[in-house]
Amino acid sequence: MSIDAEQVRRIAHLARIGLAADEAQRYIGDLESILGMVERMRAVPTDGVVPLPHPIDVGQRLRPDVVTEQDERELFQTDAPAVADGFYLVPRVVE
Amino acid sequence: MTSDGTLVELSARITQGDIGCREVAERCLARIEQGSHLNAFISIDAERVLARAAALDAMPEADRGPLHGLPIAVKDIFCQAGVETTAGSRMLQGWRAPYDAHVIQRLEAAGALLVGKTNMDEFAMGSSGENSHYGPTRNPWNTERVPGGSSSGSAAAVASGMVPAALGTDTGGSIRQPAAFCGLTGLKPTYGRVSRWGMIAFASSLDQAGPMAWTAADLALLLAAMAGCDERDSTSVDRPVDAYSAALEAPIEGRRIGIPDALLGEDVAAPVRAAVDAAKRTFEQLGATTHAVSLPTALAGVPAYYVLAPAEASTNLARYDGVRFGHRCSSPQSLEDLYLRSRAEGFGSEVKRRILTGTYVLSVGYYEAYYLHAQRVRRLIRDEFLAAFEDVDAILAPTTPGVAFALGEKTDDPVAMYQQDVFTIPANLAGIPALSMPAGLSAGMPLGVQLLGPHFAETTLLNLAHAFQTATDHHLARPAGAAA
Repeated sequence: MSIDAEQVRRIAHLARIGLAADEAQRYIGDLESILGMVERMRAVPTDGVVPLPHPIDVGQRLRPDVVTEQDERELFQTDAPAVADGFYLVPRVVE
Repeated sequence: MTSDGTLVELSARITQGDIGCREVAERCLARIEQGSHLNAFISIDAERVLARAAALDAMPEADRGPLHGLPIAVKDIFCQAGVETTAGSRMLQGWRAPYDAHVIQRLEAAGALLVGKTNMDEFAMGSSGENSHYGPTRNPWNTERVPGGSSSGSAAAVASGMVPAALGTDTGGSIRQPAAFCGLTGLKPTYGRVSRWGMIAFASSLDQAGPMAWTAADLALLLAAMAGCDERDSTSVDRPVDAYSAALEAPIEGRRIGIPDALLGEDVAAPVRAAVDAAKRTFEQLGATTHAVSLPTALAGVPAYYVLAPAEASTNLARYDGVRFGHRCSSPQSLEDLYLRSRAEGFGSEVKRRILTGTYVLSVGYYEAYYLHAQRVRRLIRDEFLAAFEDVDAILAPTTPGVAFALGEKTDDPVAMYQQDVFTIPANLAGIPALSMPAGLSAGMPLGVQLLGPHFAETTLLNLAHAFQTATDHHLARPAGAAA
């Protein structure tokens, strides 16, 4: 399994994790060894096996279509990094 | 200072009026203080604990629940209203949960005295407790060794005698492996048996909460309070909860126990193999029969897990964006910069490793080869368990390849660390319940064996473990220097 710095940078961008240059280098080695280990599952023949996304065979329950939640904006915003007038603040996106 | 013994013992003393909740709380807080070098707790609100104890003491007898006054430590992955809940991460440092997790509500409704939030590997990703932003937890049996993870602080808090029981979560072995490393009994219930509502998500198709204590009898007491359907978790299963404690003493004669020889290969340390053999003989002496079972795909569990769990983690942890809660970098220059730096600063290296792995296996061109292949392996593993359980009531296996390793021994080699969970991961992939119980000491360190059962067979596992603990005294071993 071979991974290059460009691939690590691309994945890190998709995951929105900023990486310093030396960090990217370290993750190349880590990902190569993890994916190398993962390759071992290829020895298992899986032709015709249906993927299992969830271990218990139960359907999703339905509930009555009624409002169950109250407005708790103030409480939820108590520990938010930056709020004003009930809104979450982020750097300006549109000039 | 002496410990409070087991939950069952302490409960009897409280009921008889030998000790009040206030005194229980004070003694617990003192022992926690005494054991602070173990770094078992991330936060303790002593005032809150004492106020709760006073309220419990004032409660009319008719209103008292089955866990009345019992001190229980909680892994810092469970939301507790108004209490800092960090998941072991810098990302959530200082964040106070706005609501109680379902299990917190259930334990408090049953009268439990929750004493504090325990240390853990960040977002439950780890097998040693070393991935916590709040520093590693130490093993009470030998403070140069790891307590196991990710429920590291819960294991250390119980093993050192600070509290008689604690809550953990188990995504790939995070209750059972630390229980084995610290000489405790720990149970991962069936997926869906205990609501995940208010439990900070790591890998949602694998995560399950469960109890850790000295004995199976104590686990039965706690599980009865925790289990049951909760509409707020759509994967919580609507099915009656068994009377776990009432079934503990049922005779185990004629119970069929499977031994998966394929899991006892060369990677298993000789003392662990010997412990499994000895446990097998004990069960035979108690009247159970043992049978070879075949689980040919179980050893492919680790590679499949390290596709599925990181994939789920990478999506679950996308919510930490520095906007609504959690860490935010200083002076972000743009929204993109805000995301990149908040996440770079807020997450530790193992969490980043898993997010990157998960993002990779889900990315265009790799999804089929990694993610879907791993899900197929997952079905094979589950179906092999289901087939085995047509012939046996439970399976006996090692919990870990060896005893607790030294702090720092495996931190530079993620794959060697992941391999620690080779015997615990299959139960998570299959969604079946599994229990680890003490099975002896090797060079002074505890080791555990595991009992695995069919979906919702917690009663069987607790019954077998209780019979084992009635016939043996491994669960009575205590670390030197712990509150006895």
